[in-house]
Amino acid sequence: MADEALVAAEEAAGAAGMPQLEFSTFPNQIFWLVVTLIVIYLILSRIALPRIGAVLAERQGTITNDIAAAEDLKRQASDAEEAYNKALADARAEAQEIIAETRAEIQAELAEATAHADAEIAAKVAESEARIGEIRAGAMQSVEEVARDTATALVAALSEGKADAAAVKDAVAERMQGGSQ
Amino acid sequence: MEGDIANMGQFIGAGLAAIGSGAAAIGVGHVAGNFLAGALRNPSAAAGQTATLFIGIAFAEALGIFAFLVALLLMFAV
Amino acid sequence: MATDSNTSGDTQTAQSGSGRVIAFGLISVAVVLFILGLMDDYESGLSIHPMDQFIIEPFFGDGPIHWYTVTNSTVWMGLAVLAITALMVLGTRGRAVIPSRVQSVAELAYGFVRKMVEDVAGKDALPYFPYIFTLFLFILFANFLGLIPGSFTSTSHIAVTAVMAGAVFLTVTILGFIKNGAGFLSLFWVSSAPLVLRPILAVIELISYFVRPVSHSIRLAGNVMAGHAVLKVFAGFAGALGVGAVAPIIGVIAIYGLEVLVSAIQAYVFTILTCVYLKDALHPHH
Repeated sequence: MADEALVAAEEAAGAAGMPQLEFSTFPNQIFWLVVTLIVIYLILSRIALPRIGAVLAERQGTITNDIAAAEDLKRQASDAEEAYNKALADARAEAQEIIAETRAEIQAELAEATAHADAEIAAKVAESEARIGEIRAGAMQSVEEVARDTATALVAALSEGKADAAAVKDAVAERMQGGSQ
Repeated sequence: MEGDIANMGQFIGAGLAAIGSGAAAIGVGHVAGNFLAGALRNPSAAAGQTATLFIGIAFAEALGIFAFLVALLLMFAV
Repeated sequence: MATDSNTSGDTQTAQSGSGRVIAFGLISVAVVLFILGLMDDYESGLSIHPMDQFIIEPFFGDGPIHWYTVTNSTVWMGLAVLAITALMVLGTRGRAVIPSRVQSVAELAYGFVRKMVEDVAGKDALPYFPYIFTLFLFILFANFLGLIPGSFTSTSHIAVTAVMAGAVFLTVTILGFIKNGAGFLSLFWVSSAPLVLRPILAVIELISYFVRPVSHSIRLAGNVMAGHAVLKVFAGFAGALGVGAVAPIIGVIAIYGLEVLVSAIQAYVFTILTCVYLKDALHPHH
């Protein structure tokens, strides 16, 4: 049987040489090729292509939705960040304000206290000065009296007469003035 | 192969026809080489032209295939 | 904490590493099987029949091939249908918004071809997207299944590719006349050329228009056929040399890798040329 096939094959090969040019097989090949192509076409166009097209469209839709959702979330996040930043800035401004207020208050209190103390000090200084002036005037008067008494005594002792009280007083006053100058 | 002058002619003819395959090889190399030269100058345009490259190679190669076919016909069919 | 992240990283590396090992192992096994199968065929020295792999035989028993006979080509076309169903229907049955691996592959193919149609042929070509996607998936899966050692590659037959290319050609031509009427003929009348040259150009354009289905079909079949024939020739060398055939085996592995690439690229090229022709039908003015 194998020999028979071999002989048949050799005869076929001898007849045409190239199996591609064995025209007796052409109707067979063409018939089965057409059947094959029609079957593939039906499988593709009825089942495979609509399915793949639908899957691709669905995926495209999913991707678009996801991108939109991501965009939305991103926007929300940036909104939240903005609000946070705003709140932070507000708080900071408020704190600044409070600090400034407090500082001004303290400054005012301090200034008042300083002024009060200054005034007290000034009053005390004035009082002290007045007292010092009084003391000084008192002292000067005492010095003049002592000088006059001494001068009168000296004049009386030297001239053995009664000293002219008025003249002595003038002279002493004149000297005192000159001395003080 | 026993002194048949017609057979000898067949084989010589087939061998001569096979030279055409070499000519087609030159043609295909020319197409691919020029494509590469152009692609290296302007790489951004190369991707869009690969289809053209293959069409050019296909046309150049078709003639080599014709030569091959003639060789086959001489060898087996005549 | 640090150990945790370390272990998870290790697991990931191990996973991707084991994936690579598995892929490499599968390819190696495939190549070895391929070569073993060939060595069985070519025990009797260097007699390589690179075209024998394309012979169409009845799948069940012997006998003449009628138009309805189930052949090896038919079986592999059916397997392509099953694989496409597994990827596009079973893989997407979860309808998950976050796709599984298989579903994301299906979506990748869908998006790839859809973008190609939209970019090359324009937005008004989108109604024809299912037809183009059908062609793309069939060619891709037939090419890839054909790379399994011992399998049969339906797309290596000119009858198959010619039917697809002819269908594209007829559809595009009829569509061009339906959409544009006689204006479709302006495709051949290059209005940007000097008036003297236009008749000559019209003849050239007309010829190139009718060569389109020929090159469209022969490109696919020729590429696939040439790749498989070269694989077979190298494997025949390996079979002739026996156990010490290191160089042919390395050659087979390298060409196998190239063929994987070619399978994908030819499916892509067939599809994109369909889009280009469709664009000509929808917008014939240069």
